[in-house]
Amino acid sequence: MMLSGWGRYPRQDCRVSRPRDEAAVRAQVAKGGLIARGNGRAYGDSALSRANTVDMRGFDRMLGFDETTGQLVAESGVLLADVIRVFLPRGWFPFVTPGTKFVTLGGMIAADVHGKNHHCEGGFGGFVDWIDVMGPDGAVRRTLPGDDLFAWTVGGMGLTGVILRAAFRLRRVETGWIRQRTIPTANLADTLTAFQTHHDARYSVAWIDCLSRGADLGRSLLTLGDHADLDDLSAEQRKAPFAPPARRTLGMPLDAPGFLLNRHTVAAFNRAYYKRGLAAAGDALTGWDSYFYPLDAILGWNRIYGRRGFVQFQCALPLETSAAGLTDLLQTISATGLGSFLAVLKRLGPQGAGLSFPMEGHTLALDFPATPAALALLADLDRITLAHGGRFYLAKDSRLTPDMLRRTDPRVAAFRAMRDAAALPASFSSSQSERLYL
Amino acid sequence: MTLLPVLILGARSDIGLAVAHRFAAAGHPIQLAARAPETLEADRADLALRHGVAVTLHTFDVLDTASHPGFVADLGTLPQIAVCAVGLMGDQAGSEADPAAAALVLRSNFEGPAAILGLLANRFEARGSGTIVGISSVAGNRGRATNYVYGSAKAGFTAWLSGLRNRLAKKGVNVLTVLPGFVATRMTAGLDLPAKLTAQPTEVAEAVFRAVTAGRSVIYVRPIWALIMTIIRNIPEPLFKRMKL
Ligand SMILES: Cc1cc2nc3c(=O)[nH]c(=O)nc-3n(C[C@H](O)[C@H](O)[C@H](O)COP(=O)(O)OP(=O)(O)OC[C@H]3O[C@@H](n4cnc5c(N)ncnc54)[C@H](O)[C@@H]3O)c2cc1C
Ligand SMILES: NC(=O)c1ccc[n+]([C@@H]2O[C@H](COP(=O)([O-])OP(=O)(O)OC[C@H]3O[C@@H](n4cnc5c(N)ncnc54)[C@H](OP(=O)(O)O)[C@@H]3O)[C@@H](O)[C@H]2O)c1
Repeated sequence: MMLSGWGRYPRQDCRVSRPRDEAAVRAQVAKGGLIARGNGRAYGDSALSRANTVDMRGFDRMLGFDETTGQLVAESGVLLADVIRVFLPRGWFPFVTPGTKFVTLGGMIAADVHGKNHHCEGGFGGFVDWIDVMGPDGAVRRTLPGDDLFAWTVGGMGLTGVILRAAFRLRRVETGWIRQRTIPTANLADTLTAFQTHHDARYSVAWIDCLSRGADLGRSLLTLGDHADLDDLSAEQRKAPFAPPARRTLGMPLDAPGFLLNRHTVAAFNRAYYKRGLAAAGDALTGWDSYFYPLDAILGWNRIYGRRGFVQFQCALPLETSAAGLTDLLQTISATGLGSFLAVLKRLGPQGAGLSFPMEGHTLALDFPATPAALALLADLDRITLAHGGRFYLAKDSRLTPDMLRRTDPRVAAFRAMRDAAALPASFSSSQSERLYL
Repeated sequence: MTLLPVLILGARSDIGLAVAHRFAAAGHPIQLAARAPETLEADRADLALRHGVAVTLHTFDVLDTASHPGFVADLGTLPQIAVCAVGLMGDQAGSEADPAAAALVLRSNFEGPAAILGLLANRFEARGSGTIVGISSVAGNRGRATNYVYGSAKAGFTAWLSGLRNRLAKKGVNVLTVLPGFVATRMTAGLDLPAKLTAQPTEVAEAVFRAVTAGRSVIYVRPIWALIMTIIRNIPEPLFKRMKL
């Protein structure tokens, strides 16, 4: 069947199976060329294999919860949205969450996802206690932090085997509300300084107006946040502390025609968003859903880019070169006017093990329609990233070259050598791993 | 208010499990009964964790009617609602060639379910409350060459449920007959079913939950099936017998 990642680019004709039990997964592993697929929220071709894509969403059971440690044992196809729905009312929330709750446990481990708190709490992998991985021989191994298999599986993009189940920890929270502070910044230097000033904020993220130029280049809305305590709530809110007002979700029933997305509509959107943010600047109490998952309110928003699909560029830059690198990237982007709806800047903490994406510094992420002009621009952005010692996020990639990847990330060669030594490439491969020789 | 349990007979069925989740979400404890209940351990944990209700596993074989009284006694609490999702599609050609194969289909879809639901119905009647849910099939609405052994067993089961409902209507016990059209489950995996006519197990579960709550008698899960079956039932026999269905 025709299959793609969240960006709907590329689309490939993949043979897909949906196993119900371990024996059925084992039978697929024996066929080779397998990649596990979660909820398809990686943007590109990470979860595509023409020969053998295995949809793990049938493995969606929660197996055990320890009230004293907050440890949840679950099958890999469990959705983060379900974890929150079940455990937030009991006072628990994930330690690390990506910008959408429609991801599976397997996908969060395989991409070692980061949230708005990477600078102070690290990535998802840091809260995983063990992982059951089915290897090329069909045997299931329980791997623990400190093991090689664990280090390469976290962030390993499904290329070390099939994750069947795992144990990870949740954090105690008193409410489902977030104390939020929005700070407008004037330009890039101002934005980076604000990140530094607020380094102790648990959550921080900046939305950059990437169409701003000249002295305004890099002007942003920096949003800080932390879980609200009971004391932060009004008497009315305290009656149901885990139930902030439900949000309405909207669907995107049709593909938007491509012409809707041009420099004028994007500029107008950016201006409107920025103005609204300015008006809302200051302190506020907001629900967990709109704080962490603003885009989830529009189901299927990826269709806004029309049938041709879109690509996301996400790089990380080291602390020392962040200012220069981001200036270069933003200038190049704003010069072409191809800017996107979403340009997100986050502060990252120290690098994790294996192929984990984050490095101490900053990460910038933007969407572009998958047009020839945008793809050419992205190749320029790749070169700028390389020149400033940065690297790329595989979960967002659909178009990097193997050479560019290796030049930005020496760990890739070690990853491939490990895969070769364990005879993994014949058993586990995705369109991405073939393209990038992972 | 503490709710009484919902018993799922044939709990390894996708429809049965979906029904269990729906009632657990409403706060009912769940009793899962199946031939190899130990294989339901993960589902037991999942139901209990997601919905915060008690879930118990019970060994149950619909064909072993002699064991049924003991099975009911061992449940502990007599359920408020008993849902029978047991079914066996069988293989029509096999049933034509081998009477024993046909008998297995007939017994699994009719004799066995009628035996266990009959026992439970008597207990519900004595208590003066409860709901019996029988998952039958539109296949029972008219026998067709391609699956009339299964269809006739379901026809018998549907008639039996109708009679039971008639008998217990004044006794505080409701009987719900569910006639799903196509449902995407293990039973139909690999068949090429038309998407517009095929329900998901969660859809069946939601329909069952609503129908039980509303005290309804007979439901088709997707309304289009009521229309389709009216048409099929009304095709004159001289024409029908020449059709390939
Ligand atoms: C709106 C949006 C916002 C996002 N925000 C963030 C963010 O803030 N931070 C961040 O880090 N990421 C973010 N992402 C990316 C997303 O979190 C990751 O791509 C994640 O891996 C998706 O999980 P999934 O279950 O959809 O996996 P898929 O997209 O299906 O697969 C992703 C990778 O995981 C592997 N995988 C999935 N399941 C298994 C398994 N059972 N066993 C082995 N391998 C498996 C696949 O092989 C593939 O390599 C965002 C994505 C979207 C669409
Ligand atoms: N799927 C459809 O399109 C469809 C349409 C109309 C009606 N239905 C009916 O819906 C019900 C549920 O079916 P399903 O689609 O969910 O298919 P299913 O997964 O095959 O469920 C049937 C269940 O019946 C159980 N069973 C069979 N013989 C048994 C026995 N002797 N003792 C105890 N349990 C026994 C099976 O148990 P094991 O797991 O132990 O084998 C299985 O779990 C059935 O009555 C079916 O006829 C289904």
